[in-house]
Amino acid sequence: MNIGTPVSFSLRATMERDHKLRVLVAKPGLDGHDRGARIIARGFRDAGFEVIYTGVHQTPEQIVSAAIQEDVDLVGLSCLSGAHLYLFSEVVRQLRASGAGPITVIGGGIIPEEDISRLKKAGIKQVFLPGTPIDEIVAWTRKNVRPYNRSSLSGEKAG
Amino acid sequence: MFNENTIADARQGMKKWEAEVTQSAPDLIAKKRLSTISDLLVNPIYTPEDINDLDFDRDIGYPGFFPFTRGCQATGYRGRVWTFRMFSGLGTAEDTNRRWHQLLKEGETGLSTAFDFPTLMGYDSDSPKARAEVGKCGVAIDTLADFEILTQNIPLDRATTSMTINPPASVLWAMYLVAAEKQGVSWKDVGGTIQNDMLKEFIAQKTFMCPPEPSIRLISDTIEFGTQYVPRWNTISISGYHIREAGATAVQELAFTLADGIAYVQDVIERKKLDVDAFAPRLSFFFDSHMDFFEEIAKFRAARRMWAKIMRDRFQAKNPRSWWLRFHTQTAGCSLTHQQPYNNIIRTATEALAAVLGGTQSLHTNSFDEEFALPTEFAATIALRSQQILAEETGVVNTIDPLAGSYYVEALTSRIEDEAWKYIKQIDDMGGMLAAIDQGFPQREIANSAYRFKQQVDNQEKVVVGVNRYVAEEEAPIEILKIDEKVEAEQAKRLKEIKRSRDSREVAQALNDLQAACQSDKNVMPGVIEAVRAYATEQEICDVYREVFGEYRDPGFF
Repeated sequence: MNIGTPVSFSLRATMERDHKLRVLVAKPGLDGHDRGARIIARGFRDAGFEVIYTGVHQTPEQIVSAAIQEDVDLVGLSCLSGAHLYLFSEVVRQLRASGAGPITVIGGGIIPEEDISRLKKAGIKQVFLPGTPIDEIVAWTRKNVRPYNRSSLSGEKAG
Repeated sequence: MFNENTIADARQGMKKWEAEVTQSAPDLIAKKRLSTISDLLVNPIYTPEDINDLDFDRDIGYPGFFPFTRGCQATGYRGRVWTFRMFSGLGTAEDTNRRWHQLLKEGETGLSTAFDFPTLMGYDSDSPKARAEVGKCGVAIDTLADFEILTQNIPLDRATTSMTINPPASVLWAMYLVAAEKQGVSWKDVGGTIQNDMLKEFIAQKTFMCPPEPSIRLISDTIEFGTQYVPRWNTISISGYHIREAGATAVQELAFTLADGIAYVQDVIERKKLDVDAFAPRLSFFFDSHMDFFEEIAKFRAARRMWAKIMRDRFQAKNPRSWWLRFHTQTAGCSLTHQQPYNNIIRTATEALAAVLGGTQSLHTNSFDEEFALPTEFAATIALRSQQILAEETGVVNTIDPLAGSYYVEALTSRIEDEAWKYIKQIDDMGGMLAAIDQGFPQREIANSAYRFKQQVDNQEKVVVGVNRYVAEEEAPIEILKIDEKVEAEQAKRLKEIKRSRDSREVAQALNDLQAACQSDKNVMPGVIEAVRAYATEQEICDVYREVFGEYRDPGFF
């Protein structure tokens, strides 16, 4: 968060978006297949969430830094190149190492069934495979991800 | 197209038919909204009246004659059946060379290279950006040494090879040319294709490196070089495939692809001062074949007719070969499902049949397991066999453009053409495709179509078997191909050895020369070839491009 921002403005801004879930949709790695990521981003936006989309070709470092800067509740990762095990796990690892608070990470793409449990063990909360209806992903998100209570400035995520 | 009596009869017949079905099946006419997969409305029946505006000689005619609606070659598949060209690449150069020999043994007639993501993006296997991607989505190529292994015992004077490579196309092409040279094959005799189509990367596929303007310059350099020294090479494959896969409709795929083609032709004429007929015969195209059978056939027919008009009327090309739209087709990867994967065999076969009835010159059929990983040899063989069955058992090759004259197919061909012209006009009005991309126009149009289709599937307006209908409760896993994680380390090791054994001064000199060429308006190809010959790595060469031309960042439209 920008340190130079006046507190009153920052407080109002955080209160206004208090109940809106903030989501970062991200494409890690060199894979350019972004149809799914863009559809999910729009689906989340239509569901009333605040959505930030990174665009393609992001390193795990870039994704983690965007997640922290944008103060998101959820990171949705998409990968169709086969590099998901490394890239998704790396995002979770770096996110935790950064001390960024409770940000949920989910993923999707071309992912063999047997990799799903490995991803979950690595801290990916849920994996959605191609063909999953948008409503199902939105419903899962509403149930499992709560907007962080930003009106409390003493919260560990503030500042 | 028809005389007045025929039309009068058709009108009367239609009235009778309508009266009959309105009574017996009112839903059929009044209520049911049926549309193609691209959401073009479809009538329940088509008659001579629907194609009365057409003139047989002007709009349909004969294969081998303007406007080529029925095919470029006068002899169709009787002269030569399409090329069975399976897109293939995995792991190391050795792994891929082995798979290529296997496919050739099984009756494949042309090669097609899938590179891994680091190679596609101009990074070496030891780059931090390549982590976990090496050999995964295709073969890893870092230097000429890898390329020599890739093409080992492949006769480069006879086999034609297509390479799906874009920002680093000049580099991989240079490797091919030097590998051919080392086999004793003259550049005059090598044949193949580099995809080398950057506009569709900004629009859809997103494998980009430098910004649009220098990207186009590099493409024009390769076209010029090919025109002079490698006359049998297709230096560009103007691609609708990825545009479609990103969610475009058939009309958008066609329109944006042809608009890209217009931009390339324009640039070569203006930048290189080449006569259009000197290079236009080597332009090639690449389309998707999706699930809506007749829409795809109509799209292919419309594509040929439109390009012929663009080349003859807009660019004043005189050589009929410049009017030809020759194309490769790939069945739609995005139509495959991981649910009930064996169904994908049927999807692919149907799409392949549409491509053949649309007159494709070359075809890749997807394997049923590609929603999980790269195909196993077993799955790839079934995909190849599907083409062989179409070519040799079904009889569809016996007569040329067999659907010509079908009221529906002709009406749909004209409809798709009309809609595509509207887009091309719109893009012209924006100042051409580069300006349109800059404004995010094609990107947004595609995003809208992709989202609409997803909603149609989610609400069951469009059916995907096994996904939103006939869903299986439980499914047995299928065998899938795993790329050995050791590939990354092996590649890095080989790269290290090459770097140690090569003449580093020679490499530095070649890269300096290339940089100078990039900074001037000299053709980059001679410089790239010298660098490749000195065993400069792909990334070292691409770093020169990145340094001189800068890097493009995804604006992230959604």
